Amino acid sequence: MFKRLRESKSAQGTLLIIPTLIFMVGMLIIPLLLTTVVSFGHPNANGGVTYTFSLDNYIRLLGFTNDCPPGIKTCFTTLYLGILWRSLTLGFNTTVLDILLAFPLAYFIARIHPKWRDTLLFLVLVPMWTNFVIRVYAWMMILREQGVINSLLGWTAGLLHVPFKPLGMIYTPGAVLVGMVYEFLPFMILPIYTSLEKIDNSLYEAAADLGASPFRTFLRVTLPLAMPGIVAGTILVFVPVMGTFIVSDLLGGAQVILIGNLIQRQFLDARDPTFGSAVSLAMMAMTIVATYFYTRKFGFGEEIVV
Amino acid sequence: MNPHRRSPWIIAATLLTLFFLYAPIVVLIVFSFNASRISPLFTGVITKFGPFQLVSGNVVQSPCGPFHWFCDLSQNTEVLSAARNTLFVAVTATIVSTIIGTMAALALQRYNFRLRTFSQISLYIPIVIPEIVMGITILVMFSQLFTFINDSLHLTGDSQLGLGLWTVILAHISFMIPFVTLVVQARLQGLDKSYEEAAMDLGANEWTTFRRVTFPMILPGVLSGALLAFTLSIDDFIITFFTNGPGSPTLPIYVYGLLRRVITPQLNALSTVWILLVLIAVFLTQRVESRQR
Amino acid sequence: MSEFAIELRDVVKKFITPEGNELAAVNHVTMQIKNGEFFSMLGSSGCGKTTSLRMIAGFEWPTEGEVYIDGELQGRKPPFLRPVNTVFQSYALFQHLTVFQNVAFGLEMEHTSKNDSRRRVGEALEMVRLTGMDKRYPKQLSGGQQQRVALARALVKRPKVLLLDEPLGALDLKLRKEMQLELKSLQKEVGITFIYVTHDQGEALTMSDRIAVMSFGKVLQMGPAVEIYERPANRFVADFIGESNFLDGSVKSVKDGQAVVYISAWGQELTGIVTSKVNVGDEVAISIRPEKIRLSDQSTPNAISLDGTVVNSTYIGSDTHIYLDVRGQRLKVWEQNRVSTLDPRAYYQNGQKIQLSLVPENTLVLPKE
Repeated sequence: MFKRLRESKSAQGTLLIIPTLIFMVGMLIIPLLLTTVVSFGHPNANGGVTYTFSLDNYIRLLGFTNDCPPGIKTCFTTLYLGILWRSLTLGFNTTVLDILLAFPLAYFIARIHPKWRDTLLFLVLVPMWTNFVIRVYAWMMILREQGVINSLLGWTAGLLHVPFKPLGMIYTPGAVLVGMVYEFLPFMILPIYTSLEKIDNSLYEAAADLGASPFRTFLRVTLPLAMPGIVAGTILVFVPVMGTFIVSDLLGGAQVILIGNLIQRQFLDARDPTFGSAVSLAMMAMTIVATYFYTRKFGFGEEIVV
Repeated sequence: MNPHRRSPWIIAATLLTLFFLYAPIVVLIVFSFNASRISPLFTGVITKFGPFQLVSGNVVQSPCGPFHWFCDLSQNTEVLSAARNTLFVAVTATIVSTIIGTMAALALQRYNFRLRTFSQISLYIPIVIPEIVMGITILVMFSQLFTFINDSLHLTGDSQLGLGLWTVILAHISFMIPFVTLVVQARLQGLDKSYEEAAMDLGANEWTTFRRVTFPMILPGVLSGALLAFTLSIDDFIITFFTNGPGSPTLPIYVYGLLRRVITPQLNALSTVWILLVLIAVFLTQRVESRQR
Repeated sequence: MSEFAIELRDVVKKFITPEGNELAAVNHVTMQIKNGEFFSMLGSSGCGKTTSLRMIAGFEWPTEGEVYIDGELQGRKPPFLRPVNTVFQSYALFQHLTVFQNVAFGLEMEHTSKNDSRRRVGEALEMVRLTGMDKRYPKQLSGGQQQRVALARALVKRPKVLLLDEPLGALDLKLRKEMQLELKSLQKEVGITFIYVTHDQGEALTMSDRIAVMSFGKVLQMGPAVEIYERPANRFVADFIGESNFLDGSVKSVKDGQAVVYISAWGQELTGIVTSKVNVGDEVAISIRPEKIRLSDQSTPNAISLDGTVVNSTYIGSDTHIYLDVRGQRLKVWEQNRVSTLDPRAYYQNGQKIQLSLVPENTLVLPKE
């Protein structure tokens, strides 16, 4: 037995990978398959699952429902498609704003004297290491009716003797957007920095030497070479934005419901794990397909692994 | 010459982004010394030491002086138990996932076997799928499993199987393994095979070779993998949220629960402590890393 | 004790390339290496020499065939159970251990007592002239010193056979020359069989008792240095070892180890020594080493005299390299500069007409493959 193992490299490798496979299969693949099965079922009275094979949950997600005014058998609601659309737009907006904020900073760090580079990178990372929930809390303090911004505005108005009514900032889509942009900004900075850092200074010199203006250099040299970082950053930002429900929960209140909130409610309040499973799977499929085509189009950066 | 280097626009944009990154953190810290019991309203810092005294919602005097909320926090048993839970989960899951992930990295980097491609792909799943989906699928599996076991064994009341810290630990291990594997694999890739061959050539068997040669040489990779795993664990909200049982929250879960009900400056104190601990931890690891170089 | 330290019997090693093709890195190789021999495997990269060595060490297992060490079949025995040790091309010194710990590593694996171990490590370090360096780390040593540590680490185990995989590759030329001689005398001193893998023919010729010339996974010729150089088995070996002039021709007759070959380019017959079996009518290559062509007006008995024109001549110090055009064929000739003079007439001028003579003793008739 022992001699056999010793004489087979393949058996040794298999032995080493087995614990990992147990976890990957037991905690990822089987749950995924089970969730798929559940998504075809119906909820029963005590929050459990009746196993059937029906596409009802997916049909419901598309907006067709039997829960209609009397006299009509099926009707159409944009409720879920609206949530989906809102999540996608929020994901898109967050990503674009993060790119705009991250790029100059990443560029600055990449081109600064190497002596300062580590310090600046460290400065970027510190906010990321503070807890996610705590960061949302910080924005609650800032955006509340009696929060930091309103206090500052009120104080200024008092000095100027202008009447002041607190701005309603928290519990708006804008608040959720700001929160999301803030939460995921470091995930955009790091990959962009990684790709910018690889650009040799001589490339800029060559571009200038060949007569390119700073603007054209940016368009023709910097941006194309930063693309892998932007792609990686986009995936690192867009995918989690779609599934995050704390930010919208705490900063958006009941106003802003995203896919994440929808899923969470199915499992906690509505007690319909079958519909929740269907929404999760639909969301996963959507992000994987989007990521696949996006990376196919722009190439895949190794920057994805920060 | 670099056409952008001294562009004032770049500097201005950089400063703006840094301000955006740090303003909320500064707010958190400043308010942990706030006199007002309503946290978003800044009424000044508690200055006086002495017996606790409250005047129209403002703490004017406290035995801990400006650190009133920190003392207050240290009395909060719920916070302390949540912190203990977080640490327990993180330490256990880090140890297990570091061992398993290192084994996987060795297998993938040094051996050829039939399940190699499958293993490599399966390790990418937790990195690629949204965290919430992973949380949900694990929740679905556990709840179906528990229902099945409880029903078939006719378990009732306290003897019923249910979610708890151990389910959180299992979930954390499975999403941490890929990260550890990735980091250690990168390190192994840079480690020439001939070191291991030399050890075997000199008479060391497989285990001795690992213990005496491979492990010491990949140790920095294993440590940074473990550190990454630990950070991911203490920071994790979503997966913990779905796999946690009632009554044993981790810190992020506890804070979230609190935020939905009340907001107290204790939370700011907690945030400040958290940021401070993270800074110290990061500083220490950087020291270790720079010494290794 | 078996007569042979190492024996490879019809060994094949196949690899799967990243593209999914099967590649025979070692293709039916049979070798017998005697006890106490300094044996070299010589060939360009990818010829299978390192793979052969790794199969002896136990890092790879043969796909077909068998490896014997001291008469014992090895099969899939792991490296740590084989009585051979390796000096790696990269040295593979453990960076986290000191010189002493590196050298003592193998003894520790054998559970040698502390005292014994200390004594033997001391001896080994003395042998490679590194006494006093035992507390340093590999990073603090020069390339040559690291090389010696690797040598000491392998030799301290007193292996049956020492395997050396291009151990001098990373050193500069001067140090390499020194180490070649040192290795050779070390081998005589310890009396261990050395198997030395190299792509450097000079190295192989200098040190080896016997050389195996390898190409594309096969052994082309095996024998002492003199034999390899003076009687190459075929055109490839003659071309790979040293330099040579080649002329295409076909065999007219074979007799008493000599053959008469018709050179169509010259319309002339040349006689030469046969090294491998050739038959009448075979297309063969005539090989003449450049230093074995004589440039002179006097004709010697049974020499063939030819007229040539100097196309180029290069003074390289000890020798002059002369490139000739002989009836449309290029020939190179190395002439020793035996007289010290600055007179340009003593050296050859471009365009100079010259007579050269070829003797059958210096002419080889080689199969093309």
